[in-house]
Amino acid sequence: MMHLWDLLVQPFIDFGFMRRALAGSWALAFAAGPLGVFLVLRRLSLMGDAMAHAILPGVAVGFLTAGLSMTAMTVGGLVTGVIVAVLAGLVSRLTPLREDASFAAFYLVSLGLGVLLVSLKGTNLDLIHVLFGTVLGLSAAALLLVTLVSSITLLALAGMFRVLVTECLDPLFLRTEGRIGAWAHMGFLLLLVLNLVAGFQVLGTLMVVGIMMLPATAARFWVRSVGGQMVLAAILGALASYAGLLVSYYADVAASPAIILAAGAAHFVSVAVGPYGGLLQTARQIRAGRARLLQSMENDHA
Amino acid sequence: MRELWRHLGAGLALCLALGAAARAQEAPAPQAPEARLRVVASFSILADMTREVGGDDIRLDVLVGPGRDAHTFEPSPKDARALGAAQVLVVNGLGFESWMPRLLEASGFKGRTVVASQGVAPRHLSEAEAARDEEGHEEHPHDEADAGHGHGHEAGSVDPHAWQDLGNGVQYVQNIAQGLARADPAHESAYFARADAYIRQLRKADAQWRQQLAAVPEERRVLATSHDAFGYFGAAYGIRILSLVGLSSEAEPSARAMADLLKQVRAQHVSAVFLEHGSGSQALRQVAAEAGVTLGGALYADTLEQPGQDASTYLGMFRWNTKQLLAAWQGDAAPAQ
Repeated sequence: MMHLWDLLVQPFIDFGFMRRALAGSWALAFAAGPLGVFLVLRRLSLMGDAMAHAILPGVAVGFLTAGLSMTAMTVGGLVTGVIVAVLAGLVSRLTPLREDASFAAFYLVSLGLGVLLVSLKGTNLDLIHVLFGTVLGLSAAALLLVTLVSSITLLALAGMFRVLVTECLDPLFLRTEGRIGAWAHMGFLLLLVLNLVAGFQVLGTLMVVGIMMLPATAARFWVRSVGGQMVLAAILGALASYAGLLVSYYADVAASPAIILAAGAAHFVSVAVGPYGGLLQTARQIRAGRARLLQSMENDHA
Repeated sequence: MRELWRHLGAGLALCLALGAAARAQEAPAPQAPEARLRVVASFSILADMTREVGGDDIRLDVLVGPGRDAHTFEPSPKDARALGAAQVLVVNGLGFESWMPRLLEASGFKGRTVVASQGVAPRHLSEAEAARDEEGHEEHPHDEADAGHGHGHEAGSVDPHAWQDLGNGVQYVQNIAQGLARADPAHESAYFARADAYIRQLRKADAQWRQQLAAVPEERRVLATSHDAFGYFGAAYGIRILSLVGLSSEAEPSARAMADLLKQVRAQHVSAVFLEHGSGSQALRQVAAEAGVTLGGALYADTLEQPGQDASTYLGMFRWNTKQLLAAWQGDAAPAQ
């Protein structure tokens, strides 16, 4: 037993970078999971991905003007992310274009702009680190940023919970109630952008979406209530971060993909055996239904 | 996703390059009054050597210019056009310019290719590390237990960074001079005269820095860095190399690799960790902070600085790297960057 304990905990005792990585990815997971649950509920699961691309031009501008400065890239990403979120939201509310299509259009434009800006400067090496994160090399400033954003996100989500749930389940009701739904939605998008921008410090802009969506889709198979799903998504994300870091340590593989794949494993296990709509459960229900049908037919004969 | 990006970018660049090449073929450029030999060098270090040898007798273009990374280079239409018009192409070889075959095809280059590394004894990663381990065992029987872990090194793959040994640099210069002379026999004597003068400089510098580095006690001569580009350097000047990630400067380090490097840094009493110029490796900063060692100055591996700065020439790069190492090893650490 002692041996197992050593295996599971010793890397984090021996190495400060492992503790930092765990702290950073936990902070991220706690905020990103609940956000992901809302994205799943609103059928906007691909929006996280779209937004991750949308912040790229801002990050690139920050990088081009100030080099590898965290502040410049964070501010840049935040600005373009918010611009895209607001514009896409406005277009979808004011025109018949649906929100997903609107986001797709904006993110493709920003992606093009981002790649163009990156190509202006010869070395894209540093930017690749931005896209894929440096979970093992988190600086104190990055750690602070992630923790701060995570706290803000959780507080804001708690404050807007009721409005957001109503907006998810019955948007027409809120639309008749006035502007509060629109504001809640904008606030939600702002939180999303904040988390993506903070998350690129940890997992990179592309993989931060994974820690957001995978625990959320997995949680959906275990719990019915929205609140429960949010808590479970945060826990699953934290577990995946821990497992991914251990895998990276023992199997000698890159850390952030290991974290995302650990979350992916949780997702597929949930799809298979989750009590709410999991494959096993569905198969059992079909069998039970067939048995009941046979039973009733036999009863009719009798 | 990164792969996808790269493929997209490379595909686009190739399309543009092909377009440019096609246009160039449609309307052949009027014979320029320029009588000088047109030479293209693949990256900044070769360009500097070629400039030393060719002087004013050649017109030199460089594909991967100063401050740019040859590993992630994507050719532009301009590059294809420059190459298409060139009479001589100077490449490093040893698999360094992985993007070159496609660019050659796109540009329709018909001239002479000079492989600068020809004749250099290639260093195979696995062999060299095995050799280093053996060496180490004689003097350091205690601390070689986990040295030389391959972090993504493919066994037997060739390390292309041969110019990091000034002895090889001499061979490079000779190859370049011969190539230029064959392409432009009219200036043969000028090329060889300049090459000889340059080689004398290289030899003198080599002897001088070899002596300075040898003055540092052997156990302090450890170069811990993020990119395994200093294998030839280490072998030539008796420096042990600890590297965080493998040969590719893109690879993200694993937690295992970080932990191994940290253990080695601690076990072998490494006094400083060096960043590679242009890769603000957060991971390496973290290793330095955690092990409580100095973060040495940024070293140049496969690119030079813009003209006018310290490391803007091949010799300048060597001078800079040696200075950073000596400063860190002798205790008074140079400021990073």
